[in-house]
Amino acid sequence: MSRWRRLAPEMLTLAIVAVVLYFLPNFLDPFLISLALLTLFWAYLGNAWNIMGGYAGLFSFGHAMFYGIGAYTSTVLLVNFYISPWIGMLVGALLAALFGGCAGYLLSRFGVRGHFFALGTFALAEMLRLIATETEFINTSIGIHIPLIRGDSWPRMQFERATINYYYVILLLFVISVGITIFLARSKTGFYFQAIREDEDAAAALGVDVLRYKVYAVAISAALTAVGGSFFTQYFLFVDPTLAFGVSISVQILLRPIVGGVGTVWGPLVGALLLTPLAEITRALVRTPPAYLDFIRGRSGVDVMLFGAILVIVVLFIPDGLFGAGRQIWERVRKAL
Amino acid sequence: MIPLLNVQDVTKQFGGLVAVNHVSFEVSEGEILGLIGPNGAGKTTLFNMVSGRFAPTSGRIIFDGQDITGLAPHRVCQQGIARTFQIAKPFAKLSVTDNVQVGSFLRWPRVEKARAKASEIVTFVGLSQYADQPARTLTTAGRKRLELARALSTEPRLLLLDEVMAGLTPTESVGIVQLIRQIRDSGITILVIEHVMKAIMSLSDRVAVLHHGELIAIDTPAAIAGNERVIEAYLGEEFHLAAN
Repeated sequence: MSRWRRLAPEMLTLAIVAVVLYFLPNFLDPFLISLALLTLFWAYLGNAWNIMGGYAGLFSFGHAMFYGIGAYTSTVLLVNFYISPWIGMLVGALLAALFGGCAGYLLSRFGVRGHFFALGTFALAEMLRLIATETEFINTSIGIHIPLIRGDSWPRMQFERATINYYYVILLLFVISVGITIFLARSKTGFYFQAIREDEDAAAALGVDVLRYKVYAVAISAALTAVGGSFFTQYFLFVDPTLAFGVSISVQILLRPIVGGVGTVWGPLVGALLLTPLAEITRALVRTPPAYLDFIRGRSGVDVMLFGAILVIVVLFIPDGLFGAGRQIWERVRKAL
Repeated sequence: MIPLLNVQDVTKQFGGLVAVNHVSFEVSEGEILGLIGPNGAGKTTLFNMVSGRFAPTSGRIIFDGQDITGLAPHRVCQQGIARTFQIAKPFAKLSVTDNVQVGSFLRWPRVEKARAKASEIVTFVGLSQYADQPARTLTTAGRKRLELARALSTEPRLLLLDEVMAGLTPTESVGIVQLIRQIRDSGITILVIEHVMKAIMSLSDRVAVLHHGELIAIDTPAAIAGNERVIEAYLGEEFHLAAN
């Protein structure tokens, strides 16, 4: 009982956010709905990254490895074996958790920390990308199309007419994953994650099995990330090695939580709310710039440059991210009153 | 009586350097044993071996009748030995109570109980007014108290204190000495490394002296103060002891 009372304020916030987001599409046109869908999708992945990179302090620069495992697992199971992507999603999550657990164990067991841990994850993601490129079974670098079907099918998670259903699917996934984060952050496991992030030696001296909890953090984060990969492939209906395991996926995943606030429950959502529309607006701007910006016409990559600039500014000036900085200002205001 | 901690002929070599050389001693239940020695005498190395940070090159460490030689730090802690660090290692972003709660989870896996225990200990070490502040905002003295609180939260039978008074003003040291006495009176055995001579002499039941990795004396504070070898090796002149 008291457990729920303790979690109540944040769970209540989550419930309100969920209700608002559920009714939001009623007020949006199709373009804005797809923008909202992408925002939630990146917030979801950012949240998954945040459990490992934010709470446990294991900075992953290769989350595409988990994303790609999810994307390919559900797709192969659907296309080759006619298994529902809902089940494929869970199988992918399990495989990613296993792979992540092993990777986390090996990296941590041999004392790979900090920058080198990030490089290690990057290398693993690239390794999987190259393997996927060479594997006949998953159609090498050509990629796999998910066959189109007529109409809408919940079991196949494919919606031709009611594309809004994709929005509801990602909303459900997002709410579940934030709920997991809220619960985790207040649990023994969450405390151990944060202790490991702050100081491994001190954590071990308090009886924390550092290696074991690092493996847990990677496995949980990996499983959630893989589900995101399965979802997006069902939405996009195509996957290839670069879409699944590419560097840009890894970067995009970690960008939102860093800008929004690492190791906070709402940071990934705040980051996604800022960056995802920004990316879309920049892309639109590059396609049809106003007269005085004519020189950027057709120069794709401007959005990526903008992302880079934002990342540098955030890391330099607001290392706690927007949500973290906002919370500090709020604390100061509250104290002053 | 069986000693709580039994260090048997322990040696630690780092390459060609012998940091701790065939050291043996016992710590009885309920006592405060002081460990002194000049810089580089091997005190912290000895601590690190007892707490599992690294395994001895040879020798054995027996705790409460169990061989704990070479156990990993978290296993040693689970056995009932807690330590503080010479340079305080607070979980900077976590609140003071959260810091302590990490430790109290070891014996109390349920969140509510762990929280209650943590608050209790925060109050015991005198940090209750900072309970909800991030640990990074604490002063040096506050951080030393937090180190103690965290170590206590794992409910140890043996507490290893590594220079908990270093860098404190005399007034702050007095507060810590009182706290350490209270901890002992609650039934916890204490092994303490300290440079502040006055404090360790008044605090300890017995004092062990390390010099160049060897144990050169272990006796009551009064006997140590009069021991010629100790004065020669560590204190230099009798004058220093009197002046302190």
